[in-house]
Amino acid sequence: MTIVKYGSIVLITLVILAGLGIPLSPAPQSWLEFPVIPGLEDKARNIFFHVPTAWTTVLAFIVSMVFGFRYLRTRNLEYDLKSVTSAGLGLLFCLLATVTGAVWAKFNWGSFWNWDPRQTSIFILLLIYGAYFALRSAIEVSEKRASLSAVYAIVAGLTVPFFIFIMPRMMSGLHPGAQGDSSGSGPLFESGMMAGNMRVLFYTSLLGFNLLYVWLMDLRLRVARIDSQIMDQGTEG
Amino acid sequence: MNVLARTSAVLVKDLLSEIRTRYALNALLMFIITAVAIILFALRGDTPGTVVLAGMFWVVVFFTGMSGLSRIFVSEEERGTALTLQLLAPPGVVYFGKLAFNVLLTLVLVAGVTAVYLVAFPGFIIQTPSIFFVTLLLGSLGLASAATIIAAIVAKAGSRGTLYPVLSFPVVVVLLMTVMNATVKSLDGEEFSAAIVDFVVLISYVMVMTAGSFLLFEFVWKD
Repeated sequence: MTIVKYGSIVLITLVILAGLGIPLSPAPQSWLEFPVIPGLEDKARNIFFHVPTAWTTVLAFIVSMVFGFRYLRTRNLEYDLKSVTSAGLGLLFCLLATVTGAVWAKFNWGSFWNWDPRQTSIFILLLIYGAYFALRSAIEVSEKRASLSAVYAIVAGLTVPFFIFIMPRMMSGLHPGAQGDSSGSGPLFESGMMAGNMRVLFYTSLLGFNLLYVWLMDLRLRVARIDSQIMDQGTEG
Repeated sequence: MNVLARTSAVLVKDLLSEIRTRYALNALLMFIITAVAIILFALRGDTPGTVVLAGMFWVVVFFTGMSGLSRIFVSEEERGTALTLQLLAPPGVVYFGKLAFNVLLTLVLVAGVTAVYLVAFPGFIIQTPSIFFVTLLLGSLGLASAATIIAAIVAKAGSRGTLYPVLSFPVVVVLLMTVMNATVKSLDGEEFSAAIVDFVVLISYVMVMTAGSFLLFEFVWKD
């Protein structure tokens, strides 16, 4: 876990420094220059922060679903703890992705929010997380809470592919990678518009955020376990 | 008894108890009239375009459904008959019986909303009936399949009324966006082939939701 901890700190610091510091150039000569992407310019730097947070949101949701499923199979409350911890982190990263996206949209599209299909998707993901925690807070018995919220997470998860993969490509939108975008229907980093050095930094950032997620997950699980131990001691003594 | 006969037995039981009380039907009808009346008051004689009409159509369907579709499981918990039903029928049979009832109720509901809309809004003219009817059918199937599993969850969780639309909306929003899209096409008089994309999304939604609910229902039903 020490490697994960320092790895995520080093990688994300590197991405912040390089992502913000490396200058743009219309015709990059050395590896220390980013190319200018038409229509994005300096705002393209957001890809190092916004996309990895959105990615981590989805990852956290999938992890939450998988542990929910394992809880249903085994009825082991440890899996429920992992499921809810991951969902909590997913909510955090979802908020970060929404905010970084909205700020970027203000400067690129002129308004914070305009119901682009991608914005709609992240909004619904936020609603799912909100509904998940609303459901959990409504149930007292922990076994019942675990199984009902696991089922809800899976049912809601069934619809996620629709609005992550189908809706943005079916409807026209402004988000890079949406249908109608000049670079085609794939995400930006598939269409060859990102230079090699941007690509390396992007994957570094992705790795850094994933490690951050693993580290936070470990921290919060330890806190939750200590909490439940204190609760147990309180009821015994 | 085979599976089909047992499923229809669950359906017939629910239909009979519904016919005796007419609780859901009366509530749905009043809800539709109230919602449309509020829209009419808000419009003050204004004639909205097809996009607004199609949108409001499904807003009324969604919220009316949210007021009546959870009844199917909540009533079992309230009357304390859930345990008996658990003893008498396997979860899959109960699920499909309840789903069939909710599909019928949703079909009645969309038929009611359509009738009220045709009377209340002069601008609500169905130019392509084929798109409209396929949309209503697939939309009802999708709404009922999502609403049934959420109803099962909500019935087991303590707070029943408020939680239901909150939990349902994120799950059905894909469906709502697609049916609104297709309804606009039917009001604008587009060709049937223009709406096939929407129908493919709707069919896959219904299949994914029904299969997923069927597999998960056991974990909700037996606690």
